[in-house]
Amino acid sequence: MAEIRFENVKKRFKDIVVIEELNLTIKDGEFFTFVGPSGCGKSTILNMIAGLEPLTEGKIYFDGVVMNDVQPKDRDVAMVFQSYALYPHMTVYENIAFPLRMKKIKADVIDKEVRRVASVIGIEELLHRKPASLSGGQRQRVALGRAIIRKPRVFLMDEPLSNLDARLRIEMRAELKKLHRELKITTVYVTHDQAEAMSLSDRIAVLYGGKIQQCGTPYEVYLRPANIFVAGFIGSPPMNFIPAYVRSYEPIEIDCNGLILSPSLEKVPQRDKVIIGIRPEDIKVSFEKSERCIEVSVLLSEPAGSFNWVDVIWNDTKIKGTAALREEINPGDKAFMEFPEDKIVIFDEETGRRL
Amino acid sequence: MKEIESGNRFVVPALLLLSLVTVYPLIYVFYLSLQRRLLIFDISRFVGLDNYIFLLRDDRFWNAMKNTAYFTVVSVSLELLFGLSIALLLNRQFRFRGLVRAIVLIPWAIPTVVSARMWEWIYNTDFGILNYLLGTEINWLGSPSWAMNAAIFMDVWKTTPFVAILLTAGLQIIPRDLYQAAMIDGAGSWAVFRKITLPLLKPVILVVLIFRTLDAFRVFDAVYVLTGGGPANTTETLSIYAYKVLFQTLQFGYGSTLSVIVFLCTGGISLFYVKLLSRGMK
Amino acid sequence: MKRSGFYLLVGIVIFYCLAPLIWQFITSLKPDYELTMIPPVLPKNPTTDHYISVFKGHPFLRIILNSTVVATSTTLLSLAIGSLAAFGLAKLRIGYKTLILGFILSVSMFPPIATVSPLYIIIRGLGLRDTWWALIITYTTFSLPLSIWILVNFFREIPDEIYRAARIDGCTKFQAFYRIMLPLSAPGIFTTAILVFIFSWNEFLFALTFTSTTASRTIPVGIALFPGLHEVPWGDIAAASVVVTIPLIVLVFAFQRRIIEGLTAGAVKG
Repeated sequence: MAEIRFENVKKRFKDIVVIEELNLTIKDGEFFTFVGPSGCGKSTILNMIAGLEPLTEGKIYFDGVVMNDVQPKDRDVAMVFQSYALYPHMTVYENIAFPLRMKKIKADVIDKEVRRVASVIGIEELLHRKPASLSGGQRQRVALGRAIIRKPRVFLMDEPLSNLDARLRIEMRAELKKLHRELKITTVYVTHDQAEAMSLSDRIAVLYGGKIQQCGTPYEVYLRPANIFVAGFIGSPPMNFIPAYVRSYEPIEIDCNGLILSPSLEKVPQRDKVIIGIRPEDIKVSFEKSERCIEVSVLLSEPAGSFNWVDVIWNDTKIKGTAALREEINPGDKAFMEFPEDKIVIFDEETGRRL
Repeated sequence: MKEIESGNRFVVPALLLLSLVTVYPLIYVFYLSLQRRLLIFDISRFVGLDNYIFLLRDDRFWNAMKNTAYFTVVSVSLELLFGLSIALLLNRQFRFRGLVRAIVLIPWAIPTVVSARMWEWIYNTDFGILNYLLGTEINWLGSPSWAMNAAIFMDVWKTTPFVAILLTAGLQIIPRDLYQAAMIDGAGSWAVFRKITLPLLKPVILVVLIFRTLDAFRVFDAVYVLTGGGPANTTETLSIYAYKVLFQTLQFGYGSTLSVIVFLCTGGISLFYVKLLSRGMK
Repeated sequence: MKRSGFYLLVGIVIFYCLAPLIWQFITSLKPDYELTMIPPVLPKNPTTDHYISVFKGHPFLRIILNSTVVATSTTLLSLAIGSLAAFGLAKLRIGYKTLILGFILSVSMFPPIATVSPLYIIIRGLGLRDTWWALIITYTTFSLPLSIWILVNFFREIPDEIYRAARIDGCTKFQAFYRIMLPLSAPGIFTTAILVFIFSWNEFLFALTFTSTTASRTIPVGIALFPGLHEVPWGDIAAASVVVTIPLIVLVFAFQRRIIEGLTAGAVKG
């Protein structure tokens, strides 16, 4: 159990700045996820926490103790890698037992622990097998087992589910959540899959360009994205963005593609150009008219199971929304779109920040 | 691929050993080459570049240089030719290929000395089997006109396997579909060889050339045991001459000068090939 | 190419490689008087006299012992030092890495004759003349480029994440090296061992220079300096050659795949 604090952490590889300035505290026992596109430095952060990568500047604290010069083996962290990194020449049993052997724990104690962990993650029958003969899901569990057995202060997970097929991924997500609830160990998780981040985490940090774009609960990040990047990254399919301009300041009136809006904003727009964001799941397209609806023409219809995603054109702007199955909306149809003003998010066009 | 931690101390033993046993003596030999030094009589005197000036006028040195150059050029060419032929042969899949490859490796594996004495017996004027098979009475190792070529042939016999093995590996990297595509396009085997095999083999050939040229230039074991440098110094290579000056006349000064020249020549050859390689890479 | 033509060519290649050795074997079985017979054909009265003479008349057993000790020690040392260096170069951060690699490569291009004179003086000065150590240290050093080159390639194939996992699981760098990296690169270690062994078994120039008596004389020097009273004892030499060649033939047949892998590691990949 540990609280992890980043203080002015910077990381540079030769001339490239990978992490610009990280100031962050991960709470004890929290499930914290760094999410962002590939190559944005998430794995580097994990490596820095583990001690495998030195910091260019700044300090990392575990429970208030500076960790910069502490060796990986002394930090009491456990890591699950994307490729699982199981030792190919050892059996599953030996793989899981390895960390304890390094601590010079007695063989009978090790045996008890390995069997206990194996039953927790359900791999008792695999103990004598070698990694090469296991499926992806099984290897993943072994990697987890190797991490759990040490009862570490911190769990580090580097995209552990990326190599699994879709169904297995969802299964494992549930297991990880359950494990975290039981063990209550501080977990730092890294992924590029925002859905995964949203479903697993207590808090999410969206990383891009070496900087944290926003840090908050999944709820906050989804409903109140700090800037356009976060808004476009979180949520699938991505948020619709519509350019608009401010018609008047007092009271605030925004001309959005012909529709006049009077939203209540936290900040006053500095310029007159803004961007309106609204999520596809909040837009309903239908043949039935309702109050405040807009006429649109349908471009595309994609089945999503219990409903359809529809792409429509509104005054030359393409928007994605949803439609009920029974409506049978098809490309070429003319339909009506509901535009819920209370669900929109407005961004400054130049800075990208939310207003 | 980013390395995670510092590993300086892991290379220290290797670097230490290499520096002490190769770099330090190298510096020392340069120093020796500037001296007149007779080991037994404990004479040791700094003479500057006198040794080098003497070397330039030393006929025996130039003779050795000529012999070495001849040896290198001829043997490397022959090795390449034979080696390539064997490699092309072994490139096919056939039943006992593993066995044949092992057999081809044997000449490479045995000590050069053993090979030399073996060929010495074969080349024996009176009782050697070569003369018997050819019906001749040639004094292979004792006649100035034949000795060098006899030595070259023996060296070629021994080192062709190495060339063949490397070239085989290079051939196996060439994807089979290139050959198939060429044959569909109507190319005959000779054209395929010239237009596809050879160009794709070039980098490997170059590496082979580097190693073999250097080895041939430095040759000592084979020729020393086979002919001792004779007859009349017709097979005396640079390394042999240097060795004799050092350990037969005990002139450690001049002997070192000769050694330095050998070093500079091999250095030059390496640089030449490295430049060729790096230009080929672009 | 026709089947029969192909096999004929293969036969020629096999003949080319084996004929001289077979002739030497035949020679070793001929009693002395048959050696000087013309025409030189198969032995009419094959004898093992020469083989007996090799071991009784000369201290050949001692010479074989010397070679074995030197070659084995060299192999072990070269593997130890070389694998450590290769591990650092393949997986860790080292200053001037390309420079170091270039340096190591260039050592393999040194002509041995260039270092013989100073090494001789040094060894004589240290009193190591005619000892095993003189050869072991020299051979280890000159075999390091080969060892390092092959092992670096093998270590590079092992995924970085496995090394990192070991570090996180509580290993020091050294523990990660010998518990994880070494076992996983066993084939490379094996190949290196074979090539280094063959190299030190066959080396001649340094052995000739640094040894003076049978106390440390190795096989190549033993065969080159084979003593004979009046004439050259061709039969004995042939027998000695065969004795020395057999273990090498066994090695080659047993490990030809590994040997080829090692030889081509540098050429084709790098």
